[in-house]
Amino acid sequence: MFKKFFLLLMLMCGSFLIAQEHFPKNDGVKSVNTNHTALTNAKIFVTPTKIIDNGTLLIKDGKVVSVGSSVNIPKNAVVVDLAGKHVYPSFIDIFSGFGIEKPKRQGGGRSPQYEPSREGYYWNDHIMPEQTALEHFKYNSKAAADLRKAGFGTVNTHMQDGIIRGTGALIALSDEGGDAVRILDASSAQYSALTRSVRTRQSYPGSIMGSMALLRQVNHDADWYAKGMSKVSDRSLEAYLKNRDMIQIIAAGSRANALRCDNVGDDIGVQYVILGGGDEYERVSDIKATNATFIIPIDFPKAYDVEDPFLASTLELEDMLEWNQMPGNPKALAESGVKFALTTHELKSASDFKSNLMKAIKYGLEPVKALEALTTTPAGILGHADKLGNLNSGAFANFLITSGDVFDAKTTLYENWVKGHRYIMESMDVKDIRGDYSMTIMNTPYELNFSGGISKVKSKVTSGDNELGSKISYQDDWINLTLKTADSTKDEYVRLVSRIGAGDNLTGTVIFPNGNESTFYATKKPKEEKSNDGGNAKPNGKKSEVDVMPVYYPNGAYGFKTMPRQETLLFKNATVWTNESDGVLENTDVLIKDGKISKIGSNLSASGAKVIDATGKHLTSGIIDEHSHIAAASINEGGQNSSAEVSIEDVIDASDIDIYRNLAGGVTSMQILHGSANPIGGRSAIIKLKWGESADNILNKNAAKFIKFALGENVKQSNWQSFNRFPQTRMGVEQLYVDYFSRAKAYDQKKKSGKPYRKDVEMEVLAEILNKERYISCHSYVQSEINMLMKVAEKFNFNINTFTHILEGYKVADKMAEHGVGGSTFSDWWAYKFEVNDAIPHNAAIMHNAGVVTAINSDDGEMSRRLNQEAAKSVKYGGVSEEDAWKFVTLNPAKLLHIDDRVGSIKVGKDADVVLWNGHPMSIYSKAEKTIIEGVTYFDIERDKQMRESVKRDRNKLINMMLKDKNKGMKTQPVKRKDKEHLHCESLDKNF
Amino acid sequence: MKHLQHIILVFLVGMVGAFAQQTPAPEQTEAYTIIGATAHIGNGEVIENSLIIIKDGKILACVDALTSKMAMQGEIIKAQGKHVYPGIIAPNSTLGLQEIGAVRATNDTREIGDMNPNIRSIIAYNAESKIVESMRPNGVLIGQITPRGGTISGSSSIVQFDAWNWEDAAIKTDEGIHMNWPNTFTRGRWWLGEDPGLKPNKNYKKNVDKANMFVAESKAYLAGDRSTMNLKYEAMSGLFDGSKTLYVHVDDERGLRDAIDFKDKNGIAKMVIVGGYQAPKVAELLKQHDIPVLVQRTHTTPAIDDHDYDYTFKLPKLLVDAGVLVGLQNSGSMERANARNLPFQAGTVAAYGMDKEEALKLITSNSAKILGIDDRLGTLEAGKDATFFVSEGDALDMRTNKLTHAFINGRAISLESHQTELWKRYADKYGQKN
Repeated sequence: MFKKFFLLLMLMCGSFLIAQEHFPKNDGVKSVNTNHTALTNAKIFVTPTKIIDNGTLLIKDGKVVSVGSSVNIPKNAVVVDLAGKHVYPSFIDIFSGFGIEKPKRQGGGRSPQYEPSREGYYWNDHIMPEQTALEHFKYNSKAAADLRKAGFGTVNTHMQDGIIRGTGALIALSDEGGDAVRILDASSAQYSALTRSVRTRQSYPGSIMGSMALLRQVNHDADWYAKGMSKVSDRSLEAYLKNRDMIQIIAAGSRANALRCDNVGDDIGVQYVILGGGDEYERVSDIKATNATFIIPIDFPKAYDVEDPFLASTLELEDMLEWNQMPGNPKALAESGVKFALTTHELKSASDFKSNLMKAIKYGLEPVKALEALTTTPAGILGHADKLGNLNSGAFANFLITSGDVFDAKTTLYENWVKGHRYIMESMDVKDIRGDYSMTIMNTPYELNFSGGISKVKSKVTSGDNELGSKISYQDDWINLTLKTADSTKDEYVRLVSRIGAGDNLTGTVIFPNGNESTFYATKKPKEEKSNDGGNAKPNGKKSEVDVMPVYYPNGAYGFKTMPRQETLLFKNATVWTNESDGVLENTDVLIKDGKISKIGSNLSASGAKVIDATGKHLTSGIIDEHSHIAAASINEGGQNSSAEVSIEDVIDASDIDIYRNLAGGVTSMQILHGSANPIGGRSAIIKLKWGESADNILNKNAAKFIKFALGENVKQSNWQSFNRFPQTRMGVEQLYVDYFSRAKAYDQKKKSGKPYRKDVEMEVLAEILNKERYISCHSYVQSEINMLMKVAEKFNFNINTFTHILEGYKVADKMAEHGVGGSTFSDWWAYKFEVNDAIPHNAAIMHNAGVVTAINSDDGEMSRRLNQEAAKSVKYGGVSEEDAWKFVTLNPAKLLHIDDRVGSIKVGKDADVVLWNGHPMSIYSKAEKTIIEGVTYFDIERDKQMRESVKRDRNKLINMMLKDKNKGMKTQPVKRKDKEHLHCESLDKNF
Repeated sequence: MKHLQHIILVFLVGMVGAFAQQTPAPEQTEAYTIIGATAHIGNGEVIENSLIIIKDGKILACVDALTSKMAMQGEIIKAQGKHVYPGIIAPNSTLGLQEIGAVRATNDTREIGDMNPNIRSIIAYNAESKIVESMRPNGVLIGQITPRGGTISGSSSIVQFDAWNWEDAAIKTDEGIHMNWPNTFTRGRWWLGEDPGLKPNKNYKKNVDKANMFVAESKAYLAGDRSTMNLKYEAMSGLFDGSKTLYVHVDDERGLRDAIDFKDKNGIAKMVIVGGYQAPKVAELLKQHDIPVLVQRTHTTPAIDDHDYDYTFKLPKLLVDAGVLVGLQNSGSMERANARNLPFQAGTVAAYGMDKEEALKLITSNSAKILGIDDRLGTLEAGKDATFFVSEGDALDMRTNKLTHAFINGRAISLESHQTELWKRYADKYGQKN
């Protein structure tokens, strides 16, 4: 006992003096401890792969002096015998908010704040590279103790707030010695994220795509600043430049955002270390392709409480799959060769870490990989591989002493040493008294059972058939056991006290309720072997217990288990709507090969082709929606009146179920437009509805470039409380355009002149418009503003490509035809705003008849799956011919999007984006039976039936699995229901 | 001065001409006969070559022209190749209660307060709404004007869509009370750091109890001497004697089951479910309790990803096949302007498996039964109000829904609207055909 205390004291003094050697000392003599500590006979994991079975770890001054199987132990060494014990480098968490208080959301103010709150810094409050972790840091010994208990010795902490968050600090979790000892690296890495700071109300950015654009622009501004071009000083950019060479860690928080962050990194020449979301397994090959190192949280979701079938019916397969599959994420990453560290981030408590980690191991993560992810990998990420995460000589003496395999549930973590400080979780000296004992006191036999932790013992005492109330305390080699007497009518207690000796049996004093004392003897019973199958080892099938569902593409309902492939298809005897001069061809065959329309004719044959009897059916080109907001994580960046710098391409969500539902409505291409929050919106994404493909693969890379503009009530912010952003009138909207285009012109001239210029993405995009490299699709309602924008464009010598919505297009159809702008309108929407008062369903007909290229669009994820019906309304309203009406949703939007060379009609050589309908394509009674893109059948009505069955099967299987979990007593979470709304022009990022 | 007054007068007349609704048609004075059309009776039957005689605002006869020996009366409208349908009914509508979605000043759809049975939609109904007149060219001629908001929103009334004022428009006033069943889920407050998704509502039971208590209080009041007037309790009186219907707006299975229990427990004579997304799960119970369903808008996406993409399209059929009386209604985003698409919603139901004439019932006779106006409306049967229309083709398909005539109580109503006037004006400007 004395030895233990002495050792602790020695170690404490030692480090204290090291840290403060240049400090004066007034409370005693200044003595120096030069002793070593030698930990001997341990199984030492110097690194996850370098293991010494019976080794010695020699440490001094908080560092490893040497490690090995034959280490020379100096005479001035305190020796600790660790026979049978394991020693590991302690864990490192490099995504931590340790010691930094979570900031509070800045409230107040009814109108949005557009201006920055700070002076002398970057114009955007969310950019804070000048921030340091240490300016917010206050060592939290309770949190440190919790982390040490979970096996951590070092954390890299930072202020988890803002888009550029400044530097983190590497902290040793040592209670002793103060910050002088703890701070291993005061600015260890720069942290960034896609989420806004809660400490400022500045409205920009208000979306993920806005954050991405801002990260890029800051980098351009920093380049320019570095060249000394700025007339004023900017402390943020100065800090940014200073931090540029550091490790850059970005909080993506999900698989999809990880890919977005990596794209930003590619653009600005940074290879980010990316905080993932735990869902990387869904498309692990894309994750691998980033070449990034990841930091992976392991906050695996609890099972949903599905006992109540009403509530369970609202739970989605996607969420249930996540529960089932997510624990396999670390395994999937490791198997694909993705380098990653693990973090406690997102865990409610550090104490959940071990159980989740063991779950990941149960789901197939190799322990050696787990250990790497907690030691060598995080140390390597921070560039401290020499000092941290291993026990080679020279490394910090940061290590764990355990009773065995650190990842085994039964293993006890005895000690966690931080920089040579010893923190005891469970005493190694404590004798394990757990087991069954029998004793006899006053002729009464008692059975004692001690269970629980080694030092936190629980007692159970029975006498005969009665269980007696009892309480045990076990401390410093003494046990005190209090029993209630067998006579339950009396409130009387018997006390036993015993010193734990060398033997297994207990002996000591018993004190009766009347004060009499006597001696007792309790005999420990031999351990009963619990194996009941003749001593056979348990089947080594732990992993087989885990029932992991397959990953679908996308990973939810109606996802594909294996992606459908391109086929050679021969449609026989169809009614073919060519959209070409041939018009509608009866009894015609169409051959699709290599993703293209190969032949159109009669009596076609092709070897190896899958023949589809289309008798009585109609084959058309796929529907194209010029105006949609599905399949995107953000729609509006309304934080400023121009957001040309953002792009929907950055935020495509390929897993949106509306992609599938639109395929079922015969839609094959869409323009995903920015919203209408501002006069100059963001850049579009033109996609093909390739369900199951990645976000990158659904982009139509052959398409022209587009940007969304908007006019009218939305950009004036007429219908909500916002009065401080220019423009507030249509008059202001014109001036805004003239201003931006004048500046873009000047910018472009400067750029072309070869003079130095500050790269401004917004201006680059606007210059593309002036240079006719990018087209405008403009949200518009009333004739005055429509006319205005055409005049502005003419003044700058370009044309507006498309007016979208264009509800009063019929009033200026002649002017539109003259300007050469197309009109993409709703069939019959009106009455929702004052500016749509004169909207008429005959609009498309009038524009079309006036020679305007006219399309019908949806702006709605539901309506887009019925665009064939919306086109048919033009037959009703205004008497457009059926063939022309059909072009309103196929060839004409293809023309407006400049993709009509590839899609929009059935013509040899065009992409095989076709739909097979069971009847007339514009009849209300018709359904799409097959929707094909580039020869791949992405929707098939027969396959859909099978998928429905599969969804049902999977749901029931998972619900049963979750019920089983609950019955096992595992914690559950309440059912949640996703609040999915179709995004419209006015939608803002939720929870951003 | 006089000259100026004259100008002002001309200007004002011009304004009226541009902005007022179509002038309501005068009462029918002479009988007329429509011959040769395919008559879709609205009860599932079709007469290919029909003879329809209209007299005194009523349908005197609707018979097969080949077999009937009835004499034609009055003016003859030749309708060979055309189709005749009963006027389409738009239940659970806010038509006439709000003109422009984004303009608050035009909004009379919802009163504040939680229990508002005494709030009456009829008096706010704007018979001259430009949205109302835009219903008629599609065959939608009747609506149930329904207030929104609260737990008990108020009382609805049924109107026809060609009237000078709300009194003229009224077919049946205060015929039902609308109740929004408590939500089983509530939304997380993301700004407080909560998950923004929906989670089970902890106050669900409390809210249901509150509704039960309100009914109990109403009954106690009604059983007393009512010496001190309580407007709210007074308004509840018709629910217990069957003179009013309780329309319960609810979609989820638990809510549906609890609502049915609510009917039994409180002695509600007539109940109708509005919405009923999960109603097929309780179809048997609905049938047993004789509770019809005005199903949610057909043209919506399924509530969760896992549901069949065509679930909302086939929902009415699932219920009809289970023996439930079903009508269509169109509440939701932009509900007023979109109500004119009700015939196409029925058409979509037919596309997903229902017989076309059965689908027509969903917007005509079934709705009339559900709203308690089937003695007068919903079919082309003799004795019913002459509220019907003639279309060049199948009215459930947008390509062929082209009205040539529409009648309300035998009155030949205008098929023009603010929209057709603008169409004609601008088509003329460009020399286009219209």
